[in-house]
Amino acid sequence: MKYYDKLIFELSRPGRQGYELPADKYDTDGIADIPAGLLRNQELDLPEVGELDVVRHYTNLSSKNFGVDTGFYPLGSCTMKYNPKINEEVAAMPQFAGLHPLQDAESAQGALELYYNLQKALANIAGLAEFTLNPYAGAHGELTGLMVMRQYHISRGDTKRTKVIVPNSAHGTNPASAMVAGLEVVEVKSKPNGSIDVEDLKPLLDDTVAGIMMTNPNTLGMFETEIVEIAKLVHEAGGLLYYDGANLNPMLGKVRPGDMGFDIMHINLHKTFSTPHGGGGPGSGPVGVAAHLTEYLPAPHVFKKEDGTFGVTRDGDKSLGSVSTFLGNFGVMMKAYAYILSLGKENIRNVGPMATLNANYIKESLKDDYLLPIGGVCKHEFVFDGLKDKSTGVTTLNVAKRLLDYGFHAPTIYFPLLFHESMMIEPTETESLETLDEFIDVMHKVAKEARETPDMVKNAPLTTPISHPDETTAAKKPILSYKQMKANA
Amino acid sequence: MSKVIEGLHYAESHEWVKVDGDIATIGISDYAQHALGNIVYVDMPEVGDEIEAGDVFGAVESVKAASDLICPVSGEVVEINEDLEDTPDAINNDAFENWIMKVKMSNPAEVEALLDAAAYEKLCENE
Amino acid sequence: MSNRYMPHTEEDIRRMLDKIGVASLDDLYSDVPSEVIFKEEYDLPSAMSEIELRRHFQELADKNDLLTVFAGGGVYDHYSPSVIPHLLERSEFYTAYTPYQPEISQGTLQYIFEYQSMISELTGMESTNASMYDGATATAEAMFMMVASAKKKNRVVASATVSDRVLAVVKTYAKFHGVDLTVVPEKDGVSDLDAIKKELEAGDVAGVIVPCPNKYGIIEDFTGFADAVHAAKGLLTINADPSALAVLKTPAEWDADIACGDGQSLGMPMQFGGPYLGYISCRSSLLRKMPGRVVGATVDASGKRCYVLTLQAREQHIRREKATSNICSNQSLMALYATIYLALMGKKGLVEVNKLSCDGAHYLYNKLIASGKFTPAFEKPFLKEFTVKTSLDMNKVNRRLLENGIMGPIVLKNGLVEFAVTEKRTREEIDKLVTLMLED
Repeated sequence: MKYYDKLIFELSRPGRQGYELPADKYDTDGIADIPAGLLRNQELDLPEVGELDVVRHYTNLSSKNFGVDTGFYPLGSCTMKYNPKINEEVAAMPQFAGLHPLQDAESAQGALELYYNLQKALANIAGLAEFTLNPYAGAHGELTGLMVMRQYHISRGDTKRTKVIVPNSAHGTNPASAMVAGLEVVEVKSKPNGSIDVEDLKPLLDDTVAGIMMTNPNTLGMFETEIVEIAKLVHEAGGLLYYDGANLNPMLGKVRPGDMGFDIMHINLHKTFSTPHGGGGPGSGPVGVAAHLTEYLPAPHVFKKEDGTFGVTRDGDKSLGSVSTFLGNFGVMMKAYAYILSLGKENIRNVGPMATLNANYIKESLKDDYLLPIGGVCKHEFVFDGLKDKSTGVTTLNVAKRLLDYGFHAPTIYFPLLFHESMMIEPTETESLETLDEFIDVMHKVAKEARETPDMVKNAPLTTPISHPDETTAAKKPILSYKQMKANA
Repeated sequence: MSKVIEGLHYAESHEWVKVDGDIATIGISDYAQHALGNIVYVDMPEVGDEIEAGDVFGAVESVKAASDLICPVSGEVVEINEDLEDTPDAINNDAFENWIMKVKMSNPAEVEALLDAAAYEKLCENE
Repeated sequence: MSNRYMPHTEEDIRRMLDKIGVASLDDLYSDVPSEVIFKEEYDLPSAMSEIELRRHFQELADKNDLLTVFAGGGVYDHYSPSVIPHLLERSEFYTAYTPYQPEISQGTLQYIFEYQSMISELTGMESTNASMYDGATATAEAMFMMVASAKKKNRVVASATVSDRVLAVVKTYAKFHGVDLTVVPEKDGVSDLDAIKKELEAGDVAGVIVPCPNKYGIIEDFTGFADAVHAAKGLLTINADPSALAVLKTPAEWDADIACGDGQSLGMPMQFGGPYLGYISCRSSLLRKMPGRVVGATVDASGKRCYVLTLQAREQHIRREKATSNICSNQSLMALYATIYLALMGKKGLVEVNKLSCDGAHYLYNKLIASGKFTPAFEKPFLKEFTVKTSLDMNKVNRRLLENGIMGPIVLKNGLVEFAVTEKRTREEIDKLVTLMLED
């Protein structure tokens, strides 16, 4: 197939159009009532294209993309599971899509019921008291959760608690979210297996600590076996425990964060509850809290009235404030709700074990060719420190790019930072044994290629639409728009 | 093996300082530019800024890394190397020739606390 | 164990456990202290088949009323061409991850580049990022950008005419991050330049935020604003409705430094509040302080034009606690939505959308004033949304409208009500609205 590289702007022809609007039947000219000084003089250089131009253009672009529907995505910490189609269908129903967020609650009872039921379902799954669905993404959830943490301490007059403990193996968003929430980050060291070093933690726990951010299993996919002890220590020191829900998937059906002692958490609906990643969003990052923290959750909030109908509270006395314009990414929540109902209480139990089974199967099948720094049973993901045979010069990046040639997405690479050649693999529970075996075969093949024809692997990818983009020039002389591209030509 | 020049003072955070009277010329070391890779941007302070030793005065960015610049001495910024705005990668070509800023030191004695070439070379070997 | 989303047969499980070298699935969790193992049943419904699921959603949907909308408040019932959902349903777009592997993500990267180009056209500003969560969080991030650019200044001034819901989020972010935010009271329904100047004179102001149009629908005149702010070495942010910028003076023309706002007005379904997107555009001199993802054009090894995520060294996964923002995603699919919408509407269509909406709004406004039950609130220019004063019991009126399938105006304080009209409304619908309102 021919390489398609047109920009929509390059299809533009003056006078062509891709829309039709009803005739203007008002005998008024509203724009004429606006003073000329408030109107636009600047040229508006949007494309002029026909409808079919638009359809072909974006269809062509889609063919240059890889998605879960295209192939396997062993992307560590991203939980790239299958996105069920029925979820797309129900979320697009016009009686939901056409709702104005400010319309009277009475006229949106179905939407509010769904919203409320999802709040309750997540609370039950998490072992916590209450959820807000307002945050738009995982990082936004972290920020909101940390605001809850601070609001709790501030409302008790405990204003000196301004530090949050974050393991040095944590996702980059953790320290960044803490910074935005006005908290100072204190790093706690990880042991060689990625677990928090309890002895290193103890001296950090003083009366300036607001809490700790953790994920369990940790970023190496290993369960923090000392979690009960850690929770006890943090609580005794007056701090709260925040659970980064990025790694919740293997816990489904087995362990609830609330039962481990966590007070606050976020869930990535786009990971654990199968809503599509959409090429980077929209996601949804609901935040759950234990009973003593519910009053600090952000506004607005959906509640059930005594008569069984549903309402929206706009504000509460102790609420931390608002983090979203309305009630969050409702369209995403609908898909997560559909997924929970599809699985039901019976099948949710199997999500964690099947995800864990898949991960361990790949790990055990590949540890002959790839360096496994931490042995033992992992949870939903694990990390290789590159190829076992370091003599070939083939890096993790090379292996990742070679996988693209074989029709697989690359694993997460160079994270966590604990190893030089990190290659983080997470298969999720929706992949079949046959898919895993194909992936394992290809990984062995790449290891063999690295030994026999290392230069070929270093040049990968060889079959993708483009190869080796010049990222240095892109960052040095940024061209961010068609206008800049033309000026630069 | 990265280059270290005798007669300069070095910070543990990989900045070098060349002293001329009360003017300190500051850049990043050859070791630092190697570690970062292709430099695509240098964030510099403004002339007239007052900086304390230990303050972040800017940052150096490559495609996939960024490193804060930490000022080894206190004083007022008197000049910045504007050439770096267009050609930040000049630092990759010669990290010592392509300085970042000049500071009029308020406490020249601070330089004494920095490493000499031999000590810095040792530091790099151990990293 | 097998269900439609989990393909494992009993035999598969056996084979895999053997390979791992454990006896049972429970052994995969032997490292978990038994006291934290969840042994109860989830308090959730039993699994539903597609037939049951569809029925359940239909039951919920039937409890919602699809209304003829005459309200705005930041969300507008604009028309969305049928092409858009069809293209968005291409699963190569919606099941893709963030385009970290540019070789197999050129589709996503190119539409984001087109999106950035189009938003830059609308705002008139040089640099646009790949999108933010919503207009309110984008405005809060613009506040952080101004503070980060000003280095040592920590105050931000916002006009009280910025939407209340946007201000609520900006206040939350300011409170926790430690930005000293001052909201300057309005004067006759618009931003008070004299009061803003006083704040600037008081010093330490990193930037000022004003709206276009404002929370009453008024198109404000920002003559003198940028000069005043720049003279105090501050930055000016305009929170603007991107659709309206096809006809209104742009943030760039007002000499603003940052533009931000909510992309919902670009034909996005109202969807009970989301997903939409937030946009941020800025002068290129502020580019490195801009939060979020950015896509740039470059070439590959064989010289082919292509696109990559760029300027990543600013972002949280590299800078961690030193990043200006913690955002690590964008509303990518909604950016595709906006891009296709703007491609279809083009330079003429978006102007027509505004003209039709504006004419309808003026037609309604004139009818309301002519009725004698409504009086002008501010006598200021407006586009598709306006605020008037009334002596009617609007809660009662809105109830009557609701019974007739109409979402009436938003009731503000002091007898003020705010109407919005889009190109989807007809003259007949407006006539019916007015007749119903006056029925007493």
